[in-house]
Amino acid sequence: MTLIHARGLVKRFGDFTAVDGIDVDVRRGEAFGFLGPNGAGKSSTMRMIGCVSPPTDGVLRILDLDPRRDGPAIRARLGVCPQLDNLDLELTVRENLTTYARFFGIPRKVARARAAELLDFVQLTERADSKVEPLSGGMRRRLTIARALVNEPEIVLLDEPTTGLDPQARHLVWERLFRLKQQGVTLVLTTHYMDEAEQLCDRLVVMDGGKIVAEGSPRALIERYSTREVVELRFNAESQEAFAEKLAGIGERVEVLPDRILLYVADGDEAVAEVQRRALSPASVLVRRSSLEDVFLHLTGRTLVD
Amino acid sequence: MARYVFEYHLVSYRRVWRGSVLSSFVLPLLTMLGFGVGVGAYVTGGVEGAPYLDWMVPGLIASTAMQIAIGESTWPVLGGFEWRRIYFGQSAAPLRVADILDGHLAFAVFRTLTSCGAFLLVAAAFGTMHSWWALAVLPIAGLVGLAVATPTFAYASTIRSDSYLAVLFRLGVIPMSLFSGVFFPVESLPVALRWIAYALPLWHGVDLSRAATLGVAPAWSPLGHVLYLALWAGVGWLLAYRQFGRRLVV
Repeated sequence: MTLIHARGLVKRFGDFTAVDGIDVDVRRGEAFGFLGPNGAGKSSTMRMIGCVSPPTDGVLRILDLDPRRDGPAIRARLGVCPQLDNLDLELTVRENLTTYARFFGIPRKVARARAAELLDFVQLTERADSKVEPLSGGMRRRLTIARALVNEPEIVLLDEPTTGLDPQARHLVWERLFRLKQQGVTLVLTTHYMDEAEQLCDRLVVMDGGKIVAEGSPRALIERYSTREVVELRFNAESQEAFAEKLAGIGERVEVLPDRILLYVADGDEAVAEVQRRALSPASVLVRRSSLEDVFLHLTGRTLVD
Repeated sequence: MARYVFEYHLVSYRRVWRGSVLSSFVLPLLTMLGFGVGVGAYVTGGVEGAPYLDWMVPGLIASTAMQIAIGESTWPVLGGFEWRRIYFGQSAAPLRVADILDGHLAFAVFRTLTSCGAFLLVAAAFGTMHSWWALAVLPIAGLVGLAVATPTFAYASTIRSDSYLAVLFRLGVIPMSLFSGVFFPVESLPVALRWIAYALPLWHGVDLSRAATLGVAPAWSPLGHVLYLALWAGVGWLLAYRQFGRRLVV
């Protein structure tokens, strides 16, 4: 069943087109991602799905309802984890959940019970009666996720769920989101981290300049738009450009970045051997598997995180 | 649904109410003692036939209503968009813009009513109430609160920095509390200034409150006062609603 259905969806702010006619279908139970750099239109799309931003044009159906007309009814069945935390710093961790539950008309007693369960789920039970103010960024994000679950939503929207967190905190958030996914909750997330998209998403769209440039599972996208392996070469020189010509013909594609050269190849070791046969001596050599970063680079000619 | 938002503000207030008691109750009480008793001693013969303290107290209650309501409509509203960002969290829930606005307005009126209620009790203990009509001071205070809170909500949701709030206090709140007949009759003002007092909402609340506690007829028809205050509240609400919508639904 399709929970989110968009056709030719457009969002304009004055002369600026943030979302430029996208088609999206999100099915029940899947983890769906919007991958793209800052300014690609991901957050604007999420806000339209969250029914806090009316579409300028196109079709948008959520839970088979019309966001223009049924905003409150749809929002009652969504959980939203915004990019900027808007927790109440002056309330306790528990009160943040119980007061938010009341906005959904959940009875106080149920709200208290659910808050206890969710604090357990995001591993904040020990901090239940602490204020939010002294909590770390990772704890706050986990609390925001718990708050997004307080109404037992059918779809959880996560806008950049781990941006700004340290690696350990990120992994803890991913692990919780993975458990939600296993429980059958539909997740829709935006990210500009390809590892996040690869870890969490069953299916994703790559966005750039308000448009969708590719769609599929992480695996399928890598297979379609990249090679199995990538060789990263760094040369000790002012410009990497000069070496590109000498590398021509190795693998399917050569990509020159300001600080390194990428060779897209089927077999990394074989390619490295060829580089040595041509008597080139890069300062460093790295063979790795292709990632979504490479897909993005191929599709747009740019890296994801500048 | 607005009641859930009101409930949230009450929970939030539970953490800070002790501090707010000082500014919302002790300060007007000190003003009452300082002006009413101190200055009152020099105003022999009273004003309009009543002792100065008794004459001034109802005005001071209306003025307190105005100050509390504006206090609750400035930093808390600006912060709700700019710092605490609570409105954005609320708008992601199934609340409508009107619920978010009305719930917060209800809390501003609640603060106005509780502060003025406490003030009224103390003032009654000083023997300044001449009539049972004095009970009408509370709904009047609520109406004054709403009449100033709604336009202030609109203003505070339009600006992006609190330096604009200082402008509001210097050019709006302070002149209004000085020239609305709280401390001396409006008739003592030059005619031009008098019309400013008539145009602003506070004087209407002062005149009504004074008539109620002294048990005399107000200078204007009571219905005229109430309608004029309701007009401020209504126009202010429309402006605030439009501005909240612009910030929350984009």
